[in-house]
Amino acid sequence: MNDKTQKIVIIGNGIAGITCARNIRKRDENSEILVISGETEFFFSRTALMYIYMGHMKYEHTKPYEDWFWEKNNIKLKQAWVERLDYGNKTLHLDSGNKIIYDTLILATGSVPNKFNWSGQDLKGVQGLYSKQDLDTMEMNTAGINRAVVVGGGLIGIEMAEMLASRKIPVTFLVREKNFWDNVLPIDEARLINKHILEHHIDLRLGTELKEIEGDESGLVKSVVTDKGETISCQFVGLTVGVSPNIKFLQDSALETKRGVLVDRFFKTNIENVYAIGDCAEFHEPPASDRKNIEQVWYTGRMHGETLAYNLTAENPVAYQPGMWFNSAKFFDIEYQTYGLVPNEDKEGISSFYWESETGKNCLRLVFEEKSQRLLGANSLGWRLRHEFFEKAIEKEWTLEKVLKNLHKADFSTEFFEKFYKKVFKKYENETGKKIALEKQSFFHRLIGSRA
Amino acid sequence: MKINQIIGLIIFILGLFSFSVIPFLGTYQLEKEMVEAKVKEEHQEDMLRILEPMYGEEYMSNFAFVSDFNGYFDEYNEALKANEDWDNVIWDDYAFDLTKAATQGAVADNPNLYLAISVGLAVLGGLIYILPMYRNEPDGIKNDGIYFSSMKSRGLLGIITGTWLILFYIILYWFPEYLTNLVVLMDPLSILLSGNPASQWFLYGFIYTLAILVMGIRMFRKYKGNAYQTIRTASVMFFQLSFAFLIPEILVLLNKPWHDFKNIWPLDYSFFYDYRMEGMLSSGALGMFMLIWGIILIIIGVPLFTYFYGKRWYCSWVCGCGGLAETLGDPYRQLSDKSLKAWQVERYMIHGVLVFAVLMTAVTIVNYFMEFGLLGQATDQLHSVYGFAIGSAFAGVVGTGFYPFMGNRVWCRFGCPLAAYLGLVQRFKSRFRITTNGGQCISCGNCSTYCEMGIDVRWYAQRGQNIVRSSCVGCGVCSAVCPRGVLKLENGEEEGRINDNPILIGNKSITVKS
Repeated sequence: MNDKTQKIVIIGNGIAGITCARNIRKRDENSEILVISGETEFFFSRTALMYIYMGHMKYEHTKPYEDWFWEKNNIKLKQAWVERLDYGNKTLHLDSGNKIIYDTLILATGSVPNKFNWSGQDLKGVQGLYSKQDLDTMEMNTAGINRAVVVGGGLIGIEMAEMLASRKIPVTFLVREKNFWDNVLPIDEARLINKHILEHHIDLRLGTELKEIEGDESGLVKSVVTDKGETISCQFVGLTVGVSPNIKFLQDSALETKRGVLVDRFFKTNIENVYAIGDCAEFHEPPASDRKNIEQVWYTGRMHGETLAYNLTAENPVAYQPGMWFNSAKFFDIEYQTYGLVPNEDKEGISSFYWESETGKNCLRLVFEEKSQRLLGANSLGWRLRHEFFEKAIEKEWTLEKVLKNLHKADFSTEFFEKFYKKVFKKYENETGKKIALEKQSFFHRLIGSRA
Repeated sequence: MKINQIIGLIIFILGLFSFSVIPFLGTYQLEKEMVEAKVKEEHQEDMLRILEPMYGEEYMSNFAFVSDFNGYFDEYNEALKANEDWDNVIWDDYAFDLTKAATQGAVADNPNLYLAISVGLAVLGGLIYILPMYRNEPDGIKNDGIYFSSMKSRGLLGIITGTWLILFYIILYWFPEYLTNLVVLMDPLSILLSGNPASQWFLYGFIYTLAILVMGIRMFRKYKGNAYQTIRTASVMFFQLSFAFLIPEILVLLNKPWHDFKNIWPLDYSFFYDYRMEGMLSSGALGMFMLIWGIILIIIGVPLFTYFYGKRWYCSWVCGCGGLAETLGDPYRQLSDKSLKAWQVERYMIHGVLVFAVLMTAVTIVNYFMEFGLLGQATDQLHSVYGFAIGSAFAGVVGTGFYPFMGNRVWCRFGCPLAAYLGLVQRFKSRFRITTNGGQCISCGNCSTYCEMGIDVRWYAQRGQNIVRSSCVGCGVCSAVCPRGVLKLENGEEEGRINDNPILIGNKSITVKS
């Protein structure tokens, strides 16, 4: 955009901020880039926090780049909290009392865990899980306890249940919905996960809400009360009822905010040279019909960062345009992948084909438009699928039958794993009477493991 | 831990303790007849005289015995060396053979009993501990608490284990005369298999094989539900038990040279040594087959199989070193160094060893055809340097002893010349790659952490780039531990295998090249 050296300051060293910094540097060797974070000195993978608690990794393993990387790429890092912003003078005021001047400011401040004004939510032993600090707190809060309660049946909730269970701490899991995460998952998938949660000896309470949290005289949590009137004694309460943009320190300023920092499709805020990306950004209009105003997953953070970096370094900025929706997660031992549109409830004109294995640990749902039979989306549990395949199939409007005929190409399972697609064909044949025949591979091709 | 597992652990430790103590039991008494039986014709007269003061004397420990033996022996040799009478110096090492012959006492009298309370208890305890692992737990990744484990994260237990292994290797390679009691335990089995009494190498081969078998069963438990890991582990167990342990001994029984048909030069660095060549050439059709098979493996087997499957067909499915690393070493895989620096060191070292092995072998072969004229001295020197520094110190002491410090593939990664050769083929001409799945990577780091070869898998995965690194042994653990289904080991078309400018799927605004 401009040849002169400018100072770009990014607040937040998560996936959005760091991706942006790296991609600016790739296209612009000269600008000064400074990333400020109070959380940690170096970028780490937030999604890996659970593995530190579970003893799979140490904190240093969660850093995607070695520490020398930043200096080598001339990206400056500063560990500090920003307390106040002075947009008029383009100045940041840090907790240390220091000031930093910027030419361009990028807000990538992430999220904070939600709290819904429950009585007792600020007791000791009650917490959410988002930051490295939260993890450290959780380590202290869960030492030597004999029961934990996790409130909120979402992705962080089930992760927290898994974390606690890995330390042999009995967990009661309060889920407001009738089935786990059924505000996103269709009922079959949600039930499959219900069963798996129970298999891990989690005390799963479906359709149960938190009413209040009770503490003892020292301010320590001692129990929770559910909406069913039951009191569950515990020494730890995990509040995992979603996250909200981390913008508290940005409010009451000239910056326009709603739930998040309001931005257009170019990540511009209402203030010149100030941008917002990642979890903390809220689009005026959703970036696509199947998207929300606030996108809070790893991949969208990355894409926001990539796009803004391009716009800050290119002649002609482009509007953010995400492709097909995709996401993934892991529920204890069961991996989940989703591509495109998979509504959790029946929708007019939309139908789906669902297959589940006899073990109840693998499933596939193919969502299609009834009239045209074209594929709209797919869900899988316990079955790895090829991202590229579904992007192509959905974009090129493949029919359900064409997708099935090519399903073996979508299989991303480890070698020697069961070929689930054969069972899918059988189910499809039973349901529709239509037979899916695959071309037989020659013995030689099977021997060399060639993919079709 | 369940109560029976604790009992298993106690039994295992008792077995290991007996194994460590047995070498120091018993008495030692040398007789003239032993020297006559064990010493070569040309040295008999001298040795009989040198060792005369020891005959009939009962030594209460092997330290005392070996010390006296070395005293008399060195005295003789030093005198000759001082006079530069090189031709009469006895270069052969008789310490082990004579100490073994002189070994007496309870252990020598009841080898089976002592085998049972040492190796037997260790295996039994190990199995009692391993078999109930993860019972009644769903299939999945069982890495909970690895970094809280003293054994698996360079804690005190890890340090003790590593130290024990290093000491064991040093004694085994250079001071086997202190292990004669353990070797004596193996005599009955050795005689049964090959008709000969055991050497320290038979002892080593036996416990090596048992370690792979027992820890292989642990792999079945740990990775249950993962067909790739299960089949691969069964493969290394099979190749170790049959090709590396039983078949060579049976060959000896049939008066053929000891030969491991799956060991390939230059890992099998002595393949072209004159004694090996002579052994093969003088063993009829089978000997000729050994020679031709060995050469076919080098020039056709390695490139062809590596082209189709990657180096994994050997390193993590067949190889003995790989077999031990993938079973006994599995608990330590996360300790490999993932830094760029380590990769740089690795490339110099492993290719350096390859060059060394090739040069040494070239000199050996030239020397063989020149009938030991000009290059005889140089060949001997090269053999002894390579055998000491690479064959013993690197492959053995460091290769296994460092498991608890630097991970289970130190030798395979930094030293194995065959791995270097396989790696070159894998990097430049192969259908094998680890495919990354579109834009699904979350940079969590499990893949890199659990890569035993120290490959920073995440570096590639998070930019959507296929992994085609020469060092990858295809163990498949990165793919297993990935929580998002991003990694898949596969063989496929060469086109598109190497994607240096990968594109992360998902963003339609721009095309991001990583």
